[in-house]
Amino acid sequence: MSEIESSPDGAKGAVNRRRILWAAGLGAGLAGVGAGRVRAAEPDPNIVPVPEWSKTLGAGVNANPYGKPSPFEKDVVRREVTWLTASSESSVSFTPLYALDGPITPNGLCFVRHHGGEAVIPPDKYRLMIHGMVDKPLVFTLEDVKRMPGRVNRAYFLECAANSGMEWRGAQLNGCQFTHGMIHNVYYTGVPLRSFLEAAGVKPKGKWVLAEGADAAGMTRSIPLEKAMDDCLVAFGMNGEALRPEQGYPVRLVVPGWEGNMWVKWLRRIKVGDEPWGQREETSKYTDLLANGEARRHTFVMDAKSVVTNPSPQAPLLHKGPNVLSGIAWSGRGTIKRVDVSLDGGRNWTTARIEGPATPMAMTRFYLDFDWNGQELMVQSRAMDDTGYVQPTKAALRKIRGVNSIYHNNGIQTWLVRGNGETENVEVG
Amino acid sequence: MSKSAEALFLALALAATAPVMAGAAWAASDAPKVATAPQAAPAQPPASLPVPKVTELGRPALKEEIAAWNIDVRPDGEGLPEGHGSVSDGEQLFLDNCATCHGEFGEGAGRWPVLAGGRGTLKSERPEKTIGSYWPYASTVFDYVHRAMPFGNAQSLTPDQTYAIVAYLLNLNDIVPADFVLSRENFPKVALPNNPNFFDDDRTTSEKEFWNANPCMKDCSGPMKVTARAAILDVTPDEGKDAPKGNLE
Ligand code: HEC
Repeated sequence: MSEIESSPDGAKGAVNRRRILWAAGLGAGLAGVGAGRVRAAEPDPNIVPVPEWSKTLGAGVNANPYGKPSPFEKDVVRREVTWLTASSESSVSFTPLYALDGPITPNGLCFVRHHGGEAVIPPDKYRLMIHGMVDKPLVFTLEDVKRMPGRVNRAYFLECAANSGMEWRGAQLNGCQFTHGMIHNVYYTGVPLRSFLEAAGVKPKGKWVLAEGADAAGMTRSIPLEKAMDDCLVAFGMNGEALRPEQGYPVRLVVPGWEGNMWVKWLRRIKVGDEPWGQREETSKYTDLLANGEARRHTFVMDAKSVVTNPSPQAPLLHKGPNVLSGIAWSGRGTIKRVDVSLDGGRNWTTARIEGPATPMAMTRFYLDFDWNGQELMVQSRAMDDTGYVQPTKAALRKIRGVNSIYHNNGIQTWLVRGNGETENVEVG
Repeated sequence: MSKSAEALFLALALAATAPVMAGAAWAASDAPKVATAPQAAPAQPPASLPVPKVTELGRPALKEEIAAWNIDVRPDGEGLPEGHGSVSDGEQLFLDNCATCHGEFGEGAGRWPVLAGGRGTLKSERPEKTIGSYWPYASTVFDYVHRAMPFGNAQSLTPDQTYAIVAYLLNLNDIVPADFVLSRENFPKVALPNNPNFFDDDRTTSEKEFWNANPCMKDCSGPMKVTARAAILDVTPDEGKDAPKGNLE
């Protein structure tokens, strides 16, 4: 503990207190520093005597009818950055990426972004309307949606276009939860949007669809008909259960690989038209202002991106010797093909091990097993997808886009790991 | 444990290890068969999804139902309701319904959004994106104010009230004069100054350099140094700290 507290370079106390809090949660500081196996001088009190839990009966099978994480994991929660917005009904709480593993995000930890708070819709009152340039405008109940043929299960990442948006002007937030935590990856159960559009019969002039939510923000986005007919889903399940209320219960739109704002929650209406609707979320917001004052619009696709989740500021290194570097990579253009990791700020790279499924437009887990001798590290990861796109450096991105774009910051992240294991969000050059 | 319960247990255990059930019937008595017919889990198929048959599910939407939900307004004016409203009526409505958050002149109270001003700031270090400085379409103001504002009382404004408030917001942004009356008829003539500065996503050409089959792996640069640190700003959430004004959109 004391080693972490006496951080070099006069890092501010607040950061240290927080770091200690997180490190303490993991059980130890950089205690057993030193190479090689540690020999025990005395029997481990966790072995001798035999622990209490091995002797007495525990709780019954249904003590917790809807299971919760272990109480020892109570700090693994979504967190809000309250200064970002004026009200928590239009705000975001971030996925604790530093504490998660594998490719799938647990439902209760999926980041939440609302623009008008969480709508509560009783399932029997849910309605989905399809109209506009169609032959037969239709209304569906939730039961109808669930009776549609062609139900599918697909894992997709959902990333807010503003993920890492606070980092355009420089390193700002200490923790991948805050720099990269506007992403989650779950298994959706739903029906292709195409089925609904075909049931209504899209007129030949139809080129766009407007997706609208039933929440108090009336969230709307224009989506090209081609995408709507390709792989969008009308989803009612996530990771095997009903959508969580904060994810749009009972029905949300899934728009694979495209910015999260388009995945309209509490989906109530699909309108077919021949032009985009120029809605607030595709004009005032979710357009990318460049340095010359011009702005890109309809930047729907999320480019390839990755981040090392361990080590990271909330998950410092605690031991010398063998360590597992872990991270996530994703691309809205296709499948993650390769992830390289650098420990020296991008000078030299080693290809990481992709572990578990690597499927189109889904989050992919990677690992690099490494030995740490206590030297300072500048940890980076670089994702590549099957279109040949390589995650750019922040400098390369800024050269083209400037620093005012807010959205689509997919630049390479650097974590500085100090000799005492403490880890900080930095930029290198 | 009873015999049949045991069999069920076995079936469950086997099912858990068999990668995928091929949709076969697997009665408990049939359990061993399930285990001998495992199928490889199919890789997640590519983007294109299977096409189910058009069905008889859903029912025709009534005219009144469509009218109740069909609230979107397009840049060409499609979707605008009948009605009109003046800048001066809009001023009063804005003071009553909007100014607590957005300020009397749309300047934004505290951290609530700014709605006016900001012209000429888009190339600056701190761009201020407002209706007058950034938004491409006046229709968006009408659509959004009616659909989502006032925050917490959405879809409560009548068409005339919405026209009046939009007229006031356009006036605050120096787009229409103080005696202007906005209506469905003259709406398409209202142009916002920043409209020409938007262009469609061009990343596949303007950022072509990011497609690179062979990125550098060794000695890609000289020794790297830390050039910026988050700890200096120290805005990560933590108890008892002053926070800066946010830039999340
Ligand atoms: C309780 C505070 C509050 C009140 C009252 C309120 N607004 Fe808002 N307004 C907000 C918030 C919060 C947002 C941003 C919502 C979001 O994040 O999507 C917003 C966004 C807006 C925007 C879009 C800003 C942009 O740059 O995209 C406009 C326009 C607007 N409000 C107009 C109005 C009008 C007109 C009224 C009165 C009829 C009103 N507001 C009343 C809080 C308020």
